[in-house]
Amino acid sequence: MKHTISVLVNNRPGVLARTAGLFSRRGFNIDSLAVSTTQDPDTSRMTIVVDGPDAILEQISKQLYKLLDVIKVLDHQDEPTVVRELALIKVGAEPEHRGEIMQVVSIFRGNVVDVTQNTFIIEVTGAGDKIDALIGLLQKYGIREMMRTGRIVLSRGPRTA
Amino acid sequence: MKMTGAHALIESLRQEGVEVIFGYPGGAVLAIYDVLYDTKDIRHILVRHEQGAAHAADGYARASGRVGVCMATSGPGATNLVTGIATAYMDSVPIVAITGQVPTYAIGKDAFQEADITGITLPITKHNYLVTKVKDLPHVIKEAFHIARTGRPGPVVVDLPRDVQSAELDFEYPDKVELRGYRPTRTGHAKMIERAAELINSAQRPMIYGGGGVNAADAQKELVKLAEKADMPVTMTLLGKGGFPEDHDLYLGMPGMHGTAYANYALHEADVILAVATRFDDRVTGKLDMFARGAKFIHIDIDPAEIGKNVLPLVPIVGDVRIVLNALEKKVDATKHMEWRARIEQWKQQYPLSWKGDGLKPQYVIQEIHRATNGEAIIVTEVGQNQMWAAQWYPCKRTRQFISSGGLGTMGYGFPAAIGAQIAHPDQVVWDIAGDGSIQMNIQEMATAVTYQVPVKIAVLNNGYLGMVRQWQTLFFRNRLSHTDIATGTPDFVKLAQAYGAVGLRATAESEAKPAIEQAMAIHDRPCLIDFQVVREENVMPMVPAGGTVDDMLVD
Repeated sequence: MKHTISVLVNNRPGVLARTAGLFSRRGFNIDSLAVSTTQDPDTSRMTIVVDGPDAILEQISKQLYKLLDVIKVLDHQDEPTVVRELALIKVGAEPEHRGEIMQVVSIFRGNVVDVTQNTFIIEVTGAGDKIDALIGLLQKYGIREMMRTGRIVLSRGPRTA
Repeated sequence: MKMTGAHALIESLRQEGVEVIFGYPGGAVLAIYDVLYDTKDIRHILVRHEQGAAHAADGYARASGRVGVCMATSGPGATNLVTGIATAYMDSVPIVAITGQVPTYAIGKDAFQEADITGITLPITKHNYLVTKVKDLPHVIKEAFHIARTGRPGPVVVDLPRDVQSAELDFEYPDKVELRGYRPTRTGHAKMIERAAELINSAQRPMIYGGGGVNAADAQKELVKLAEKADMPVTMTLLGKGGFPEDHDLYLGMPGMHGTAYANYALHEADVILAVATRFDDRVTGKLDMFARGAKFIHIDIDPAEIGKNVLPLVPIVGDVRIVLNALEKKVDATKHMEWRARIEQWKQQYPLSWKGDGLKPQYVIQEIHRATNGEAIIVTEVGQNQMWAAQWYPCKRTRQFISSGGLGTMGYGFPAAIGAQIAHPDQVVWDIAGDGSIQMNIQEMATAVTYQVPVKIAVLNNGYLGMVRQWQTLFFRNRLSHTDIATGTPDFVKLAQAYGAVGLRATAESEAKPAIEQAMAIHDRPCLIDFQVVREENVMPMVPAGGTVDDMLVD
């Protein structure tokens, strides 16, 4: 079972290493990880996707709380959330396919952000499955290079961490 | 007040009430040692290897309940502390380790004697700090001591670059700590305490299984009161030893791999187990899903992460065990469990802890030490057979009386830790129960003990083997004794002790053991080592093989 958790931490050097290191040390697998600053300059927020049964998740959360720099851990499993990832995809775009590719991209509300004689870079945001679907459709044109951010999440509604 | 970082460090330690530092100088701590040159109110104990400093600080902390302090230079000095820091981490011992570091401008340049000690110790510290600005130093030290001693105690490393030590600051020591991610829960949840009491009151065959946290929280009195009122038999782990008086008739000895048969049988048949500040270690539980299968668990611990880590309790209580036990005792019914107690008594008669055979036996040696010290000595152990025999044959009365590396199982721990314990308690008798293997791992600290006239007594149970490994090879590897016979090359311990300026004695038979122990007890100005040449092939029994259950228990 995949869980998406948000971890609020002190915005200090070394905190990422402490937090990420805990996962490998305790044998928990990270599927994706995204970190950024927040509205409070002293706080960073991590969104971590982790795979494992519920009991493991509880243990992860407790172990995270033991780190002095961890302020709050939230499991988003049982609540509505807004989930996003961003992908940049460099895809082969020979003149005869360009129209086709641009159509597909516009259905996914992506953008072509770089154009050369025979390549595009496509930018797309959305939940992971949407990005997976677009990548699937672009395969046949030849994906030359690709990068996806980790998942980022906020709870829906007025509630805040 | 204007002062340098090095002065500020010592002043901060003074503010924390530090009386002793175990350390070893070097290039990256010269400024601090220069301040120590004029410092009279904080004692510096010069060890002979940094590992000894970390273990001595640990032994001091375990014996006294105060925060132990050790210090080393950058690079190899700091990495030599690592085993000691990991030992303290596994057993939740409050120490603060201060390390020198190359100057901030040289960090990351592979400078001479540079090591990323905060990186290295990340997984083995409760927290650590690299101080890059001198103005942070006082509040870092304040936080380090606060973190080390509160909640679940543990080691904290403070890494101080050389230029931070020499930079000036306007010193002011903070009077409180603000850590927004750290607020340990001390009082247990009232509702949970209520439920725990109900469960205990409904039990027919209740037991208490206590651990190291009982010693850490100084909760012996509270535990005894509860056990007596609810008539619950008690077993204490290796680290919990002394947390319940062992001459009490509710006491069943140690559980687990080398615990008493009756403690293990009782756990196996109990219907309610109150687990107090203990972590269901594999050396206690054996095969986890078979451990105490019929029991419902109440688990009290200050660390929420311990609850449900190995065993899911019916009633979880997060809090300081002393406070929780006190509250719980008021809620339980005064009762007697005649039938249950009679059944346990039967096991005690049937499977007593015993040893037999001729020649000088290690168990005999420990019993004689117990007799000669009226059971009052602080017992520190190395790791291996010596440790298990000490646990089995030296019953303790007081909390903090038995000091041993449990979690990490660090050979070489005992002797330097004994020095730390003796420095914490100069008026008490301290024995290090050692093996011929482990004593050689930190024997250099004999020089430390001689220098500071630390009258630690060392009982080397010399069987010429790495005994516990030999025992496993005998039992589980068809007696193929691969690299465990160390008799050749082992020094003459008597001469070795004498070479350091300590007293060395030898006993080769029962008749020589008692006089040697008595002679050692009369020495108060230097360490004394006794080389007990015990029978070679003795095994520690009973034994539940690793991953086994009570049904697999070997009795002799």
